[in-house]
Amino acid sequence: MPLIEFSDKGLYCRAGGFYIDPWKPVDKAIITHAHSDHARWGSKYYLCHAQCKPLLQMRLGENNYQAVEWEEKIFVNGVQVSLHPAGHMIGSSQIRIEVNGEVWVVSGDYKIEDDGLSGKFEPVKCNTFITESTFGLPIYNWKPQIEIFQNIRDWVCRNKELGKTSVFIAYSLGKAQRLLQCLPEIGLPIYVHGAIWNAHQAIVSSGFQLPDVKRITYETPKGSYLENIVIAPPGTEGSAWMKRFYPYAVGICSGWMQVRGTVRRKNADAGFALSDHADWKGLLQTVTETTAEKVYVTHGYQAVFSRYLNEIGIAAAEVKTEFGNEEEENSAAVAEAQETIDNNQ
Amino acid sequence: MRQFAELVQTLGTSTKTNEKLDALSEYFSTANDKDKVWVIAIFSGRRPKRAVNSTQLWTWCNELAQLPGWLFEECYHAVGDLAETIALLLPEAIPSDASYPLHYYLETLISIEKQDEAIRKAFILRSWQTMTQPERFVFNKLITGNFRIGVSQNSMVNALAKTVKLDPSVIAHRISGNWDPMATSFADLLSENTLTKDYSKPYPFYLAYAIEDDVNSLGEPVEWQAEWKWDGIRGQMIKRNGELFVWSRGEDLMTDKFPEYHALRNHLPNGVVLDGEILVAQNSSSSQRGDEVFPLPFALLQTRIGRKNVTKKQLTEAPVSFCAYDLLEYEGNDMRETFLIERRVLLEKIVKSINHPALLLSPLIPFSTWEELANLRSQSRNMGSEGIMLKRKDSIYQVGRKRGDWWKWKIDPLVIDAVMIYAQKGHGRRSSLYTDYTFAVKDGDKLVGFTKAYSGLTDKEFAQVDQFVKRNSLEKFGPVRTVKPELVFEIAFEGIAASNRHKSGVALRFPRINRWRKDKTVNEINTIDDLKKMLELYGK
Ligand SMILES: [Zn+2]
Ligand SMILES: [Zn+2]
Repeated sequence: MPLIEFSDKGLYCRAGGFYIDPWKPVDKAIITHAHSDHARWGSKYYLCHAQCKPLLQMRLGENNYQAVEWEEKIFVNGVQVSLHPAGHMIGSSQIRIEVNGEVWVVSGDYKIEDDGLSGKFEPVKCNTFITESTFGLPIYNWKPQIEIFQNIRDWVCRNKELGKTSVFIAYSLGKAQRLLQCLPEIGLPIYVHGAIWNAHQAIVSSGFQLPDVKRITYETPKGSYLENIVIAPPGTEGSAWMKRFYPYAVGICSGWMQVRGTVRRKNADAGFALSDHADWKGLLQTVTETTAEKVYVTHGYQAVFSRYLNEIGIAAAEVKTEFGNEEEENSAAVAEAQETIDNNQ
Repeated sequence: MRQFAELVQTLGTSTKTNEKLDALSEYFSTANDKDKVWVIAIFSGRRPKRAVNSTQLWTWCNELAQLPGWLFEECYHAVGDLAETIALLLPEAIPSDASYPLHYYLETLISIEKQDEAIRKAFILRSWQTMTQPERFVFNKLITGNFRIGVSQNSMVNALAKTVKLDPSVIAHRISGNWDPMATSFADLLSENTLTKDYSKPYPFYLAYAIEDDVNSLGEPVEWQAEWKWDGIRGQMIKRNGELFVWSRGEDLMTDKFPEYHALRNHLPNGVVLDGEILVAQNSSSSQRGDEVFPLPFALLQTRIGRKNVTKKQLTEAPVSFCAYDLLEYEGNDMRETFLIERRVLLEKIVKSINHPALLLSPLIPFSTWEELANLRSQSRNMGSEGIMLKRKDSIYQVGRKRGDWWKWKIDPLVIDAVMIYAQKGHGRRSSLYTDYTFAVKDGDKLVGFTKAYSGLTDKEFAQVDQFVKRNSLEKFGPVRTVKPELVFEIAFEGIAASNRHKSGVALRFPRINRWRKDKTVNEINTIDDLKKMLELYGK
């Protein structure tokens, strides 16, 4: 019997009686990371990394949580479970399970480059590897973070010269904090949308050091944004809420910005291909390093990536999951934060 | 090449015209002269021929990237642009500080065009290897030849004007016509050098925007000149130095395609440039409309464009005329700064004195009110035209597409199918007939009247409707008769607005009967909801 089955509630380990990132309420859930397509509401018990727990509390409220450290071995119904850094966002983990010497690893979302916040990704040797494939096409190859950060700072300075506010669009959980690391060096005040403010507070209160930001409220005088920096989540582009930043330029931070057409379609002034997912080379490298005999490919370009793996001699199959819409999460979060602002008015 | 790649990057992502202009003038004030000439050439549609085709490009890219063909296709599908897909897939370049200039690549591409494939391949691969990703993208774009980067020729001209301190119209003129970017220097291109005087050089065309507002907003009808809008090819006829040249708006020299025009070489005085429409017109002898212009369908003209050699048969079946509507040069002088009415007087004089079937005068449409003109416009199709051109009588001949002085008012009316519910007798000639009707659309199982409409039927049709009204009257209210709702008409109108005074809640602008829908029953007419949808879409 396979260690993990693909059920209609999610990835299921029958031997351990638990699910990994289930998309329906279950008794026992092990969570890779706090993005809403992976961590969903309604389960009776959640196991996650210690840094992930405050984020789950923020998103899902009080529940029965158990936090563990990376590589800490625990046993669930006799199944050995351990979490390993996935490098995707703060507290993001791969889940390793072992029964009678057989090892399966569920990657969750991951990226190879150490972003300075999320922990350094480590490939985990296993027999079967379940990988994401969000950017599973060879056109997606990321530049080093240091280079992208420099481009971002140059862009902010250029906007300032032109008398414009720099408005970044970044996921409230993960991307916003990553982006924040490169901005203080410029020396301009940084204003954030309520959804990002909430995530920021949760992360800071769990002991992380993040640069200072100011929350955007109705009391913030309009002139204070001018030539400064704003971070807002996806979904705010082109909204009435944005008008207060005029004149401004919009820069979107997302792996999808690798393609010019996406930048244009989003009507962005600049696109920064800053992604929290592995690029094509990263996916290939990881699959190889796990030395897995069998690879299951989930959310993203699963058909393309699994076909390619098979062609280069790695047995692979695609699996349909309900992962992969972080953007929707953010729209909901945006709406929520928007409401808070509106009610405070 | 790096600088050009940056320019393209800025032009491609910037959403503001001003930023694009700034990027262009920055480029024109810093790039080297040979590159500038090429940029002008590229942005005005002059590209080198394809030295390699796209299949070769992606085959070589796959060789370098070591990808299976199906995976390349998946990538292309995700990117949607061949040049960009290749730029993204090529293995990382060997870092190099040496960036060759744009003209080096373009001129090498031209020089190897006829060489062996191995030589062309070697050049492409060598180029890729030393280029950054944005450079590879523009390089591939130049080769594949579909360089649309969101900048109009107009913007380019304006940016150039700013840099070299010349009037945009002067620049537009100088960069038009025949010139070879490889053999032309930047200084030569922009200077009026008599040695290199090109007698064939056309003026840049003045183009009209479609009118968006109510025509009433244009002010007094008396300040405007109206002409039919012809559905042919916009062209310029030039007679200079004893030679005749005919250009199309696409800036193709088309003189040889139209032997009909050759006779005009002997008739037109030197130093004359006419703006007009190339069209297949009915001969005045075979036309029942006297010497009026009556063009035949555009499809006929198309049979003439594609051909290199014109047959006798074509010359008789699809004879081409030049329907002139403006005069840009007279006695060798640039007339574009004089008023349209003055140019028109001279134009009429020239065309009439020549009196040749290959050169016609685009007639003026007399009108005194906008309503009258709107009615005439609704008959554009009967005139073989696609609407009306409105030109301010005191307008000068500008460069490119400009708002304000010239407008095209095409027939593209809104239409709705409605049933006649009331009829009333007309006036004057038609005072004995029921010619004024009120129409209704459906509102659930009721009918709701929404407009009156008068013109649009032939005398014969009016007589038929009149008969129907007399036989199917339900009630009489003074001069008005309620009619059995049975006859369906297509009502055309120019605009729609919300109205409290009308029961239907809408008021139509210039409503008229487009045609009698004898094929439709009252059950098939439009509904009040359809009108409301139109109100939402167009009611501003
Ligand atoms: Zn995620
Ligand atoms: Zn995911």
